[in-house]
Amino acid sequence: MDFTLSERDRMLQKSIREFAEKELPPRMDRMEETGEFPLDLLEGLAKMGILGVITPREYGGSGLGHLARVLVLEQLGRICPAIPMSLEVHHMCVYGINTWGTEEQKKKYLPALADGKTLGVFAVTEPGGGSDVGGTQTTARLDGNDYVLNGRKCFITNAHVSDIWVVAAMTGEGRKGMSAFIVEKDFPGAGTGHVEDKLGLRGANTGELVLQDCRVPKENLLGGEGNGMSVALETIVKCGRTGMASVGLGILNAVLEEAVKFANERVLYGKPISRLQAIQFYLSDIYSDLEIARLLAYRAGWLLDNELPADAEATLAKQWICEAAARSARKAVEIHGSYGILKEYPVQRLLRDALVTVPAGGTAEIAKVVLSRQAMS
Amino acid sequence: MTIDRETGTMIRRDVPSVINPLDRHALEASVRIRERHGGRVTALSMAPDDVLPVLKESLARGADRLVLLSDRRFAGGDTLATACVIAAAVGHLGTFDLVMCGDETTDSGTAQVSAQIAEFLDVPNIMHVDDCGVSPDGDLRLHSRNEEGAFTAEGQTPMVVSVTADINEPRYVTLMDVLDSEGKEVLILSADDLPLEESWIGLEGSPTRVLELFEPERKSRAEMLSGTPAEQAAVLADRLRRLGFRNG
Repeated sequence: MDFTLSERDRMLQKSIREFAEKELPPRMDRMEETGEFPLDLLEGLAKMGILGVITPREYGGSGLGHLARVLVLEQLGRICPAIPMSLEVHHMCVYGINTWGTEEQKKKYLPALADGKTLGVFAVTEPGGGSDVGGTQTTARLDGNDYVLNGRKCFITNAHVSDIWVVAAMTGEGRKGMSAFIVEKDFPGAGTGHVEDKLGLRGANTGELVLQDCRVPKENLLGGEGNGMSVALETIVKCGRTGMASVGLGILNAVLEEAVKFANERVLYGKPISRLQAIQFYLSDIYSDLEIARLLAYRAGWLLDNELPADAEATLAKQWICEAAARSARKAVEIHGSYGILKEYPVQRLLRDALVTVPAGGTAEIAKVVLSRQAMS
Repeated sequence: MTIDRETGTMIRRDVPSVINPLDRHALEASVRIRERHGGRVTALSMAPDDVLPVLKESLARGADRLVLLSDRRFAGGDTLATACVIAAAVGHLGTFDLVMCGDETTDSGTAQVSAQIAEFLDVPNIMHVDDCGVSPDGDLRLHSRNEEGAFTAEGQTPMVVSVTADINEPRYVTLMDVLDSEGKEVLILSADDLPLEESWIGLEGSPTRVLELFEPERKSRAEMLSGTPAEQAAVLADRLRRLGFRNG
């Protein structure tokens, strides 16, 4: 068993770290204020190969795979977690199309999702619920050479900053009644609803997609009629959960750095508070969370790269890491005392960001249901 | 960074190795010249071989090959002994048009090596270069700036040039660059591969010796001013004036 990162992995980690440290901070205040994703960053993300990290090279990506994706998202999240939040969903759109798409679909959409013109969307959740995928109410009815889609999708990351959406809709009844479609923003009847004003991860756009008699050409059916449930579940579990785990991991990196920095700088009773055992215990808790998170997230990425079963592992990583990020961020705020609630200190933002990751992409409770099945198997 | 008070040497163990920041600018300048005018860029470094993974970043930054000069016998070399080895390697690798270095290193900051390499190779040297280009007839056009002023020089290759951070903004290493760097040539040379005499290299070849390394004594001389912000500003302005600072 080898826990060391390869030379390649370490080099890409370093290059993304450098990019993140320079490019993200100047944009973050505005992201916090407006809740908008910085579209001017897309070109840089494309050039760096970040948008196409899991896109095969023949479709314009770098094809580095899932562990590389975890490393990239972690480094971006260490500076600004809203960015990997947007990207992780973008990658789900790529994953869906790359896994189930026809050659024509891949040729048409994957390069466009790697070159920086747009982010991708993966839309399953509806006002009726996110965890209950089977309860999807959006419908798709075949009419000539088009499917006609009707319904609303909510809590959709990148809704307003994307031209290419993967959307789940019902073409029939029951588990085999769901199908997935690639919808372009400009298709007749495709539109966006309101933008959510979130507590954290504010720079990641979240909002509604509205499909009103939206005409989608038959060739944009993804994965064949009736296979939508597989497209949705596999993408959410493998790609989505590993991605969310990476966002949480990025947050944990930042949380530890901020906590240690403050504890070393803040002097009480004539010495830095890092010399107080109560504070050391907090720091050791945060450090432990970070180290365990890293093992879980890297393992999930590695399993996917090696095409090994990863459903339970990705679910565990997502659920455990996002909760760890929230509890560690809370401890970092405690270490800061009253400074922790001031906006000029990043820890309050990290706590808000971490809280948003907990239900995003599947609640902790749903994850526990999955894990209990694994436990009893 | 910490200094071992007993031996007077830097403790490098806990300090992660990096490519010298100014050398990144030199590499970037070389790669840009190659992108416009063709040629081949070799990244050359003298270092212990355990930093090879760090140096491979130069391949991702656009160098066509990496040459590491590594030998225990090089250890302890001063700037002259270092320049001697580098110059020998440059000569050994064949003909060249341009050797580009950073003006100085961040760890010792002597700023001597590029001039010494030029001397060993018997070619012109220009330091503090903050702009460079190639004229239509193939000459180098360089702009150099120091505390005294600035000048533009034009000259024929071969030449040794050292650059400042103002010359360019090194590009980001993209994920594709990382992938593309993997097939590139890496060459490790030891003293035996180069036309060198033992007496020129390492400690023996070093006419200068570091007598002592010490941390500057830290004296806290901060003084807190009291009063309203306006009063504090007035006191501060008065102090600065007395210290010789003037308006404007």
